[in-house]
Amino acid sequence: MIDLRTVSFGYQRDKLLYESLNLSLIPGSIYGLLGPNGAGKSTLLRLLSGLLYPTVGSIQVNGYNPGQRRPAFLEDLFLLPEEIYVPAVKIREFIRANAPFYPRFNREQMAGYVREFGLNDDQKLHELSYGQKKKILIGFGLATNTAVLLMDEPTNGLDIPSKGQFRRLVAGAVDDNRTVIISTHQVRDLETLIDPIVILSERGVALKASVEKVTERLWFGLVPDLDPARPALYAERAVGGYAVVTENRTGEPSRLDLERLFNVVQAEPERIRQLFSSTLAPTNA
Amino acid sequence: MDFRDKQAIYLQIADYVSEQILLDRWVAGEKIPSVRDLAAELEVNPNTVMRTYEFLSQQGVIANRRGIGYFPEEEAIDRIKTYRREQFLANDLPAFFRNMYLLGIELPEIESRYEQFVTTHFD
Repeated sequence: MIDLRTVSFGYQRDKLLYESLNLSLIPGSIYGLLGPNGAGKSTLLRLLSGLLYPTVGSIQVNGYNPGQRRPAFLEDLFLLPEEIYVPAVKIREFIRANAPFYPRFNREQMAGYVREFGLNDDQKLHELSYGQKKKILIGFGLATNTAVLLMDEPTNGLDIPSKGQFRRLVAGAVDDNRTVIISTHQVRDLETLIDPIVILSERGVALKASVEKVTERLWFGLVPDLDPARPALYAERAVGGYAVVTENRTGEPSRLDLERLFNVVQAEPERIRQLFSSTLAPTNA
Repeated sequence: MDFRDKQAIYLQIADYVSEQILLDRWVAGEKIPSVRDLAAELEVNPNTVMRTYEFLSQQGVIANRRGIGYFPEEEAIDRIKTYRREQFLANDLPAFFRNMYLLGIELPEIESRYEQFVTTHFD
């Protein structure tokens, strides 16, 4: 369980990145954290790992305050940063030196990942390609079996087959006790993997909803003409007409398009807030 | 698996599961892949596969045996066909009719082509 309450944070005193941000995340899900450049996606992951402290407000991760950096907290959380660093050692030595920090680390699982990546334990980590280094760290993060796994832009630098591999491994490594948060700009890479979706914008959380909830409230599709009777919240020219996002008044299922969801949240933040507010306060109805 | 653009992913996975059953690859009485295994195979969120399995359970296509997993029901094939027939009549046929009308194709031509198609592919 992750809980942020009225969190404010800024790198400069007079410029807040978040103002009174509230967010609750529950185990058993792969959250996708989206937001425009500079909205504070990486910062949020650093706050959750205790690398930064909120200016105002409180953060709880599995009952711990991350900023206190208690060993019991740190051994149950893994952060894969966007900029990775690897020491000049063999894969085997890297595992031997780092695995003991994570009580639920599974060596067999890690060995399986190394094989799957077409590597072996005797290869030197610093001599691998960037994508291979990243995959080793992703595999290591999955094999820690920590309750919280945070990954910042994990598919950056991966080739096309590796992106599929990433989706497969992450989908196979979550369970009911694990909370995975993946921040990304590469929505196409991860569209089928991330659910619920969290979108940061305007110093707070602009949207937090499951794919089911999003497609219950919004309809994504292609229409030949823009119909004034069914006004689009967002429309763009596409082959054969317009790709639109409208309110879903008929309950017709559609396929969520993350790029368009992202755009509609930026374009119509107030409308989106209203449409989804009953998920926060169902008693209002 | 390549997902098509328009239809919800969980429904596309439902079609995939139904097809495995129609093709006798997954048969009544034998456990189908777990949520996590199918999610990994199709590279999708396990919650999505969970939603597919719940949907197919409501349709009476598969059933959950507590603690073991999901199994196709005895009547799975009939139920898939009933459901798919409804889907076809509600969604595909109107689009087909629209094209027939716009292109001026008459019913007798469709009929003779249909018979020819069945002879070539299924006889």
